[in-house]
Amino acid sequence: MLILECPCCGVKAEETELSPGGEAHLKRFGPGSSDEEFEAYMFARKNPKGVHFERWRHAYGCGKWFLAARCTATLEVFGTYPAQTSEPPADIVAKIKAKRPDWKGYK
Amino acid sequence: MKRYSVFAIAREALRYHQGWERAWKSPEPKKSYDAIIVGAGGHGLASAYYLGKNYGITNVAVIEKGWLGGGNTGRNTTIIRSNYLQDPSAAIYEKARALYETLSQDLNYNVMFSPRGLLMLAQTHHEVRGYLRTVHANNLQGVSTEWIGPGRVKELVPIINIDGPRYPVLGALYQARGGTARHDAVAWGYARACSAMGMDIIQQCEVTGVTQSNGVVTGLDTTRGHIGCKKLGIVVAGHSGQLAEMAGFRLPIEAVALQALVSEPIKPCMDVVVMANTVHGYMSQSDKGEMVIGGGTDGFNNYTQRGSFHHIEETLRALVETFPMISRLKMLRQWGGIVDMTGDRSPIISKTPLGNCFINCGWGTGGFKAIPGSGWAMAELMAKGEPGPLAAEFSMWRFKEGQFIDESVAAGVAH
Amino acid sequence: MSTRLARGGRLIDRGAAQEFTFNGKRMKGFKGDTLAAALLANDQMLVGRSFKYHRPRGIVASGAEEPNALVNMGEGGRFEPNQRTTTTELFDGLTATSQNHWPSLEFDVGVVNNYAARFLPAGFYYKTFIHPRAAWKHLFEPIVRQSAGLGKVPKDRDADRYEQAYAFCDVLVAGGGVAGLQAALVAGRAGARVILLEQAPHWGGRAPVDGVEIDGKPAEAFVEAALAELSAMENVTLRTRCMAFGVYDHGYVLAEERVADHTPGDGRPKKRLWRIRAGRIVSATGAIERPLSFAGNDIPGVMLASAVRDYVVNWAVSPGDRTVVVTNNDDAYRTAIALKEAGLDVPAVIDARPNVTGDLPAKARALGIRIETGSAIVKVKGSKRVTGVAIGLQAGEGAAREEIACDAVAMSGGWSPVVHLWSHCGGKLVWDEAAAHFRPDAARPPITHDGSAMVIAAGAANGALPAGECLADADRAGAEAAQALGMKPKKAKAPEAAAPAEARMEPVWIMPQGAGPALRMKMWLDYQNDVKVSDVQLAAREGYTSVEHTKRYTTLGMATDQGKLSNINGLAVLADSLNAEIPQVGTTTFRPPYTPVTIGALAGESRGDIFQPLRRTPMHAWHEAQGAYFEPVGLWRRPYCYPRAGETHEQAVHREVTNTRERLGLLDASTLGKIIVKGPDAGRFLDMLYTNVMSSLPVGKCRYGLMCNEQGFLSDDGVVARIDEDTWLCHTTSGGADRIHAWMEDWLQCEWWDWKVYTANVTEQYAQVAVVGPNARKLLEKLGGMDVSREALPFMQWADGELGGFRCRVYRISFSGELSYEIAVPASEGMAFWKALNDAGAEFGAMPYGTECLHVMRAEKGFIMIGDETDGTVTPLDLCLDWAVSKKKADFLGKRGMQRTYLANPERWKLVGLETLDGSVIPDGAYAVAPGVNGNGQRNTEGRVTSTYYSPTLKRGIAMGLVRRGPERMGETVEFPKVGGGSVKARIVSPVFYDKDGEKQNV
Repeated sequence: MLILECPCCGVKAEETELSPGGEAHLKRFGPGSSDEEFEAYMFARKNPKGVHFERWRHAYGCGKWFLAARCTATLEVFGTYPAQTSEPPADIVAKIKAKRPDWKGYK
Repeated sequence: MKRYSVFAIAREALRYHQGWERAWKSPEPKKSYDAIIVGAGGHGLASAYYLGKNYGITNVAVIEKGWLGGGNTGRNTTIIRSNYLQDPSAAIYEKARALYETLSQDLNYNVMFSPRGLLMLAQTHHEVRGYLRTVHANNLQGVSTEWIGPGRVKELVPIINIDGPRYPVLGALYQARGGTARHDAVAWGYARACSAMGMDIIQQCEVTGVTQSNGVVTGLDTTRGHIGCKKLGIVVAGHSGQLAEMAGFRLPIEAVALQALVSEPIKPCMDVVVMANTVHGYMSQSDKGEMVIGGGTDGFNNYTQRGSFHHIEETLRALVETFPMISRLKMLRQWGGIVDMTGDRSPIISKTPLGNCFINCGWGTGGFKAIPGSGWAMAELMAKGEPGPLAAEFSMWRFKEGQFIDESVAAGVAH
Repeated sequence: MSTRLARGGRLIDRGAAQEFTFNGKRMKGFKGDTLAAALLANDQMLVGRSFKYHRPRGIVASGAEEPNALVNMGEGGRFEPNQRTTTTELFDGLTATSQNHWPSLEFDVGVVNNYAARFLPAGFYYKTFIHPRAAWKHLFEPIVRQSAGLGKVPKDRDADRYEQAYAFCDVLVAGGGVAGLQAALVAGRAGARVILLEQAPHWGGRAPVDGVEIDGKPAEAFVEAALAELSAMENVTLRTRCMAFGVYDHGYVLAEERVADHTPGDGRPKKRLWRIRAGRIVSATGAIERPLSFAGNDIPGVMLASAVRDYVVNWAVSPGDRTVVVTNNDDAYRTAIALKEAGLDVPAVIDARPNVTGDLPAKARALGIRIETGSAIVKVKGSKRVTGVAIGLQAGEGAAREEIACDAVAMSGGWSPVVHLWSHCGGKLVWDEAAAHFRPDAARPPITHDGSAMVIAAGAANGALPAGECLADADRAGAEAAQALGMKPKKAKAPEAAAPAEARMEPVWIMPQGAGPALRMKMWLDYQNDVKVSDVQLAAREGYTSVEHTKRYTTLGMATDQGKLSNINGLAVLADSLNAEIPQVGTTTFRPPYTPVTIGALAGESRGDIFQPLRRTPMHAWHEAQGAYFEPVGLWRRPYCYPRAGETHEQAVHREVTNTRERLGLLDASTLGKIIVKGPDAGRFLDMLYTNVMSSLPVGKCRYGLMCNEQGFLSDDGVVARIDEDTWLCHTTSGGADRIHAWMEDWLQCEWWDWKVYTANVTEQYAQVAVVGPNARKLLEKLGGMDVSREALPFMQWADGELGGFRCRVYRISFSGELSYEIAVPASEGMAFWKALNDAGAEFGAMPYGTECLHVMRAEKGFIMIGDETDGTVTPLDLCLDWAVSKKKADFLGKRGMQRTYLANPERWKLVGLETLDGSVIPDGAYAVAPGVNGNGQRNTEGRVTSTYYSPTLKRGIAMGLVRRGPERMGETVEFPKVGGGSVKARIVSPVFYDKDGEKQNV
């Protein structure tokens, strides 16, 4: 039963207030993209056992989407940040590196 | 292998059961094998078994990180059914169900297959139409199912509440030869049979790398050294992504938690399996008397084998509404497993970008019931190097083409 | 015999006698008794039968760890199976019956299993019942099921109600013994918001029973003072009868409070489920004594030494007149002393240790109790009750040197900390060699959301068993919890407990050490599931060597006590069989709940009418009053039809169709989704969302639109109206409104976040009525107000205005093919408007119609329905809706997806109409067959029906379906087999069956 702090309204939200939305920072591929690009956009997921960046919506709260950095093996949360972010913020990346020296990084 | 029978038990009883031999051997790994299967769960062991039985390939090792049958094989709700909508699913699940019918005799190990009947309740008109469609499809697929009305549902399940004020039962999709089996026994029975064919089941051996040469697999690095192989089968359910990464490719898979629970045991009160997909819950009664209960998956990636409790609550609300008498039973134990979900929620049994490396994964919430069919199809794929008709549609490349096998079409939950 | 002592009993009120029945026999107890204590006071040691061998079972323990003493309790709607007597509070009028026997507790036919036990070792069922094949289901399984199962099946609907509540705190302390109290005090004094939970109805745990002295006073005094101080703190909440049964991620704890369990029918909820979020969890859950494994250790009268002491001290009940104590530690001497001091006979203490020193044995000796060192019970005598024990050397093989007559045996194999709450979320354990138990490894705790330790173990639960260590440890735990949350614990001296010095225990896993197979087959590990030492050894011999294999093969620890007594003993036997160290073998996973939790409490109040939230349209009450037959649509319930007296649903639907086509029908369309999309970029946004162009829609006009997911599959449809320059109103399906609104927000917030667009889901702000049929305009004109003429309000336009005094927005759109107005009014005026329409419409033949009539009419017109013609695998092109898929737009959601080879394949099944050759109705869900079978032997198919109805308008069956290359095959015949034989042949035709040119809707 997760708690994630919504970066929009500041509420430490119970999991029951939230809707999960899958992997974050996916790049959309539309018309003109190759079959491989489109398949990867639709289906290829990092699915890491460890540090993961993912989308959540504060569905039964302020309604805003946000992103979270979370460990899928321990459920530790490293931080949450607004959905309008194209890659993980430096402070969260630094925090993860400090806690998980083995982490291979976001890319 | 000494045969199991009532006579063997009587003989052993006279000497206090001191003479039973090991059900499976525990050998050191050899330098190399004709084929290695990673993952000694039900699917991996069944794949090995049919490699030996159907193709005479017995120089085989099954490698397991933990203990055999310790993943989802030992964590599911043991339901067996084949009332799927799409042709490829119906084919492989029906193959599996048919093999379950004689599995105890084939393995000389009682897996307690109990074709007690399985109902999927229809509680909206939309669901009625969906199940009627399934019945028609099954009729043409050689899967025996029928549509039954509320009166017949009540006869089969006396404890059900037909007239729930919110979602009255309008009928059900009924598969008379669906049912349950003893999950652990399936893994143990296959393991014993594999071992008897001379295969090596190597537990407590973790794969750390996949070795290859010119795009063809050559073996595995493991915590017990390098083991060579001519062919490799990856059958590791929740950890498919990790193994695929070692083999150099990526899968359209995400790992999520699926939970289940049992009540304290009571005397027999329900002889069939009941699934209620509108309200999200299903229930059967084990031979011990426990009510075995499951629901839907969590929505986020999770490798902890723990799920979120609100799903348990949702499932129990649904089932108290459907079976009011369980309100005064007690939840004895709850647990979770990691299931790997593909983009269309159907499995992958496929060649891979790495030569002679094959993968079987993505069974999502439907793995246990598929074990014998999945093993059969995987063995064919590994032995021949090309998929047979059972596996043909389950290629990992179908996602690129958009050729999905989408069962959510028929029912919200696919357990 | 077991009996009530004349004096003592710290928990009972001898002034308050309570009557109860067991198996119909009237018995008496006192307020404060547990049911188990009261049964023992009435000499009822035999309380049930075991699971597999149906052996007689007596009370073994005094708390949650009890494996045997489970009963059926209550009657009718308050009947409950498997009730644990050791934690059940006695109340006046309680009725209980014993379980798992036939015909009676004293004489059980199932006991034949016991005599055949030698032929029924662990896992015997895997090795037999294999032939003949049908026998398992039809013969063996029914027998197994009938003989298993324990409690009876509840028959009636639950007469009780359950409550659920939320709580938040800094520190949750689980366990109200002296450790929990001390941890709560320290955390509370530091200013933390503390919740302290105790499973029993009383505080203090074991310390008062064991005669511990704290700061020079009896433990009771400490407990009282602690409670007084805690009660005075505003930041502390105390709750008894409340079991913290599970720890979940991020500090989530579930607890079950027994509110009216002991006062049934008093109007309060039976139980309350607490959902607690805690900053830190202090697990002060104590320890559980382990049995010893000797032959016959399951015979009624063999009990845990601590339980014997509890019954004597707490409830003034002596389990036996002559009690032999058997132990491998000093603690059990407390029982011998307590018995002696209560005036009961203790013929001997059998101590497996060769050298027995320690203060407690010395005291026992001084009381004249005989102590046999280096000794073992080699066998217990008796069947339904202990009659004596044979003793011999612990180091021997089981030769008896003496028999001692007794009617009870108090055993102690040492103590295991209760590590469940520590372990639920992955806290690791360490093997403590000296105490021979697993305890929490503080270096590897379960972690919470920020990566810090979530649970802190305290006192006996942390392995600090002696009272002095226990309190000091709890003091530390309380401070640590507060500190971790940024609070400063006050500096205060921890209370000191004085206790006699205890000599080291010696692990004894089987007794005697060299016992042969015959004795080992009589040594029980799991009393309820009938797992013996020999079973675990058999599992090891057969290669089920992982602890999980052993558990599953033997069923050790899988009974309703979840192995609280058996697990450590079992894995020690396993380790021994494997020549491995115990920590190498490890433990099985600890899963919630700690003790079984009532399912009703987990379901809470969500049952019956309030099972799920019910969404009602403003006109819902009118439909109910009219006797509408409803169908669930999402959380809504919509009238399916309005049957009149004597009408079937089918007849009602036909009447509604005919009436609407010929005269006038009224539909409550309020559930239809309505989403406002507004802003400078709204047009651009909608062009991405819909497959067709919405930005070009003129103000005042309506356009039908389709939405796809990124895969290119249809997900929703509806009519869009342009309200003003930068405002659109999007209608969605009833079931799709929330989903589509969320979908819009997803794209706006996460992909095109720089686009200036607002969305608002206004579905519930409006009531909407479809006024349909040739008389529709007459009705509106009668109401009077805005001009609704063909010229003023042509088809596919909308206008704001007033009708009959109601402010409304009128859309000229039609889902039936008839002249049709969909009229939205503010939700608050919906009912009045609906009534006005019905009243004024009477003279034009107005009748309400339901969803099924709507379906039939739209099918007659060949209009698609999301969910019927679509199922998540169907594209707009499959439905021949090419006209609604823009070829000009560079991009829209789903455009790329549709271009993939499989979706663009010309062989795909496409929408057509299907006209049966014989006029009959094609069965719902039927498939069209093609010649031959596929590689898996399945019949080839070339299509399927998607909507099929009897058309009252055309007086024949009509259908829509998806057929391979369908539109190219007009006039061809396809065949739909029926389930059960026969088939229906149908001609491929246009899907528009009625008013093909669309003249009627345009009038």
